[in-house]
Amino acid sequence: MMLIPCPWCGPRDESEFHYGGQAGVAYPDDPGALTDAEWARYLFFRDNPKGPFRERWSHTAGCRRWFSLVRDTVTNEIVA
Amino acid sequence: MSGAFRTARGGLVDRDRPLRFRFDGVEYEGLQGDTLASALLANGVHHVASSIRLGRPRGVFAAGVEEPNALVQIEEPFPEPMLPATTVELYDGLVARGLRGRGRLADRPDPARYDATHAHCDVLVVGAGPAGLAAAAVAASSGARVIVVDDQPRPGGSLLGAAEHLDWVASVAGGLRAAPEVRLLTRTTAFGYYDDNHVVAVERRTNHLGAQAPAHRSRERVWRIRARHVVLATGAHERSLAFADNDRPGVMLAGAAQTYLRRYGVRPGRRAVVLTTNDSAYAVARDLHAAGVEIAAVADLRDSPGAGRAPHGAELLPGWAVAGVTGADRISAVTLRRLAGGAFTGPELRLDADLLLVSGGWNPVGALYGQAGGRLAYDDGLGAFRPDGGCRQALEVAGSVAGTYTLKGCLAEGAAAGARAAEATGFRPGEPDLPETADPEVTPGVAVWTLPGDPATSLVDLQRDVTVADIARATGTGMRSAEHVKRYTTAGTAHDQGRTSGTLTSGIVAEMLGVNVGDLGTTTFRPPYAPVSFAALAGRDRGMRFDPVRVTALHAWHVAAGALFENVGQWKRPWYYPRDGEDMAAAVLRECRAAREGVAMMDASTLGKIDVRGADAAVFLDRLYTNMISTLKPGAIRYGVMCRPDGMVLDDGTVIRLAEDRFLVTTTTGNAAVILDWMEEWLQTEWPQLRVYCTSVTEQWATVALVGPESREVLASLAPGLDVSRDGFGFMTWRDTTVAGLDARVCRISFSGELAYEINVSWWDALALWEALAERGITPYGTQTMHVLRAEKGYPIIGQDTDGTVTPHDLGLGWAVSRTKADFIGKRSFTRTDTARTDRKQLVGLLPDGGELLPEGAHLVAAAEPPLTALGHVTSSYHSAALGRTFALALIEGGRDLVGRTVWATLDDGLAPVTITGAVLYDPEGARRDG
Amino acid sequence: MADRNFRHSPLEGFSSGGAVAMSEVPFLAQINLRLDPAGPAAAAVGKDLGVALPRRGGTSATSGDVSVLWLGPDEWLVVGPPGAETRLTALLESAAGAAHASVVDVSAQRTAVALRGPRVRELLALGCSLDLHPRVFGVGDCAQTMLAHAPVVVWRRESEFWILVRASFAGHLAAWLEDAGIEFTVRD
Repeated sequence: MMLIPCPWCGPRDESEFHYGGQAGVAYPDDPGALTDAEWARYLFFRDNPKGPFRERWSHTAGCRRWFSLVRDTVTNEIVA
Repeated sequence: MSGAFRTARGGLVDRDRPLRFRFDGVEYEGLQGDTLASALLANGVHHVASSIRLGRPRGVFAAGVEEPNALVQIEEPFPEPMLPATTVELYDGLVARGLRGRGRLADRPDPARYDATHAHCDVLVVGAGPAGLAAAAVAASSGARVIVVDDQPRPGGSLLGAAEHLDWVASVAGGLRAAPEVRLLTRTTAFGYYDDNHVVAVERRTNHLGAQAPAHRSRERVWRIRARHVVLATGAHERSLAFADNDRPGVMLAGAAQTYLRRYGVRPGRRAVVLTTNDSAYAVARDLHAAGVEIAAVADLRDSPGAGRAPHGAELLPGWAVAGVTGADRISAVTLRRLAGGAFTGPELRLDADLLLVSGGWNPVGALYGQAGGRLAYDDGLGAFRPDGGCRQALEVAGSVAGTYTLKGCLAEGAAAGARAAEATGFRPGEPDLPETADPEVTPGVAVWTLPGDPATSLVDLQRDVTVADIARATGTGMRSAEHVKRYTTAGTAHDQGRTSGTLTSGIVAEMLGVNVGDLGTTTFRPPYAPVSFAALAGRDRGMRFDPVRVTALHAWHVAAGALFENVGQWKRPWYYPRDGEDMAAAVLRECRAAREGVAMMDASTLGKIDVRGADAAVFLDRLYTNMISTLKPGAIRYGVMCRPDGMVLDDGTVIRLAEDRFLVTTTTGNAAVILDWMEEWLQTEWPQLRVYCTSVTEQWATVALVGPESREVLASLAPGLDVSRDGFGFMTWRDTTVAGLDARVCRISFSGELAYEINVSWWDALALWEALAERGITPYGTQTMHVLRAEKGYPIIGQDTDGTVTPHDLGLGWAVSRTKADFIGKRSFTRTDTARTDRKQLVGLLPDGGELLPEGAHLVAAAEPPLTALGHVTSSYHSAALGRTFALALIEGGRDLVGRTVWATLDDGLAPVTITGAVLYDPEGARRDG
Repeated sequence: MADRNFRHSPLEGFSSGGAVAMSEVPFLAQINLRLDPAGPAAAAVGKDLGVALPRRGGTSATSGDVSVLWLGPDEWLVVGPPGAETRLTALLESAAGAAHASVVDVSAQRTAVALRGPRVRELLALGCSLDLHPRVFGVGDCAQTMLAHAPVVVWRRESEFWILVRASFAGHLAAWLEDAGIEFTVRD
């Protein structure tokens, strides 16, 4: 059970959070201008590194705010 | 007398409290403070079980949780399988028997309570031996919040087995118990070490009371401890070494024999031979000798025992080893021989003995350290693996788990670790108060894994019956990793998790492969460290508490009315309301007829409701819904569909415009929280510039659907101030009014095709509204009728008729997809090649030719003869009162082009022909909507 | 205004004794407030309520019989005595004025359970992973979290804990609390 630092509520058990996958994947400005391949890349392609990974979490059982952190996917250490 | 082998005095047992117990059908007497193992040994019973695979007789081998042999089944007071006799505290009336490997689960429900709790501390100390107590005392002196867990009934650890410095133990424990911010948990085993210092332990609270356990107190409790800093003082376990017949009853770890003598006042035999690789067994030999156990010889695998002093009268044989063991159910003699260059040499020495005490060295108990993410490194000096000190978690290791085997060293290390832990959490520790201890001269041990002899009877893992021969077979097949050998031989996989055999296995594999054991390493340590009952893991999360049950304000009424309930997400919703003698089909047909021909009502309070407010609320909803929301006028309602970016339907519901800047949207019952989170996600992460706030009001409003051609008259009578006329209160509009004297918001919405209203009142007022309607004799209906009514109209249920691969177009909801909006979530995906295919699965109606009720989920195939080309599946299937027949909805490839065609439904007993129709089977022109 | 005698609270009649006393606090006025904490509306609301909106996560502020609980960085729950919801809604709407804000009456959304007695924290720990030790969770502190697998607001008041629970979960929570209380009804 990881202890995840909510920027607003402080550290809480992992079970209070919802995982949001890779951070920084922005909704395209004009989806209509994208090719199918470009749109598919937005929809379906995400990094899956062994090591530090910037990812999104939402404190669903608490303040319901979304935030990003960097977690080492090998050790589960939250490094930033 | 509590057994012929009980000493006249001494030990931590209460000689004034005899306990009666039965083992394998024989009555015995033990003492308060005994374990089942010590009580059996006191009565001269060594052979307590047999091995799982080979059926070899097995005795008590150890004195604690590491016991691999003495598995017992508890029969009374309540059946419990596979407990090591060394961990069962004796109580009056205990009935047990020895096992051959497998136990038997109780065949009746366990009446005991089990629970779990959360705990938090600055410093958690695992282990209340000398190092742990020293650490706890120092940490507690700092004012830090401290938790100490230990698996024994009383603190002391190895000091209990040695029965020394018990005054110091009592003084420290008394101080810990008296400190307000310290919790000392005995009978508590830390079995899991997870991320961020989350340590899970199980406390055996009333097991030791047997039938006297109070019913209100939980029998076992799982502690979920979050510690800022942890001190692991988990000690060390003695290990054996592999030699022929090393598993015979009477062969025992040397340290265990000392524990039986000093802690329990039990002589484990009359005449013993000692086999050792290190100094520790000498003290055992002297102790036993002093207590009247004859020590025949001490065979020391070291050529020069150095400080080793054999007791008076015992022969000290440096460089000698065990060449054979005589006796099956109990040893009667031990044959010793000189070992040179890995082979026996010279004459045999055969000694009568009923006890063979073995010490192959000590293994630091590094399991929790390993679970914490730490690595165990081989220490040549110790001849064992110990924590490498590089674990990323905030922890200390202290005492013998760190490879420190002198008492003086353990105490000092514990105190230092406690101080570091306190300081790391911002507290100032005091000076430790440690007992005076000697600093004995130590001669290094030697790591020996096997002795010459029959590999097929040289046991490595006693509980799994893995022999040296088995390991040779594994390495012979080419295995080179400890993990592979473990899985191939099952060594280390029994419920003792290889505590006495893991390092031995690695050592033997390394020896066979000719590699350094340190390079080979250990297998991975995983929770649980010791077996935990499922009852404890389940705790109170069972039955109705397994998952929260959500109910509406009308639940008690539904129950009183005899409703049967359906689970929808966490909600209990009335399924149907059978009257006397009705089965489900009859009840649902009656409820449907009432809704289509008269008037009926349903509790729709479970619908998710979200208040969406702000200047940009309309813009925001335009982006979320596939259809246009911004053109909706205040006072009006629109049905809307939401998709994910991939174009698949996420949810549907109604959007009520309360004001220019305020909407109330409804979600499906199971999706209320999902959609609120969805809205927040987009607002917070993509469109923070939008001025919109969302607030859940699901339980602020109770909702009653009033349905049927007579619903207008009913509403008119209850809401005299409301113009209910067809033109005065149009379809898809809402009014704030008073209904049955209650503040209400009435929406003209229909999920059945009939004239219908949804009346929303405060959750507090729901019962008053419902009872006012019930007084008028209105038929209540449940979710089954709701499903039939909506399916007759071809209205899909998101999550039943969809599965995350279905677009609005697939559902025939293309009309709800805007062509004019520049963008909305999902729009771009509708032109993806795959999404634009015309042969996608589409929602259609089905009429079974033979009148069968098709099972939901049934596959549909194109022809009755092979090859059976799969076309899709049934998503909803019902009896229809209005149609006078069965019907179904289905997702079928290119289904809308197949209307009128026959396909085949796969049933358990063959294929049934069904005719594809449009999805709307009832009132396709929509004539009934306005009454 | 409709007749209030018809009203039923989710835990009507719930109370339980023992080392932890439990009872429902029904019909509280509760208003969900969302606005920019740094904007002028926040200051105006604070002025009209008589107490500034708490800015620190997990805290509350009280003025007379009205308390404001922090729910999120731009979200608060204003709690008042039964019947005050209309007055509080009007007060908040008026104070927020034309600013971007959301004022939603959620009085019936949650009910409250008051827990009193020396072993309250021990009982709550059976189903709540939060550290409620006084060093960490002081008087006036509040938190949205899970209790007995249900979403709740835990609020420590002067001499008791209040658990604000959604109406649909209230029955589950009450049954869970009563069951948890079994161990505390008998003196060991």
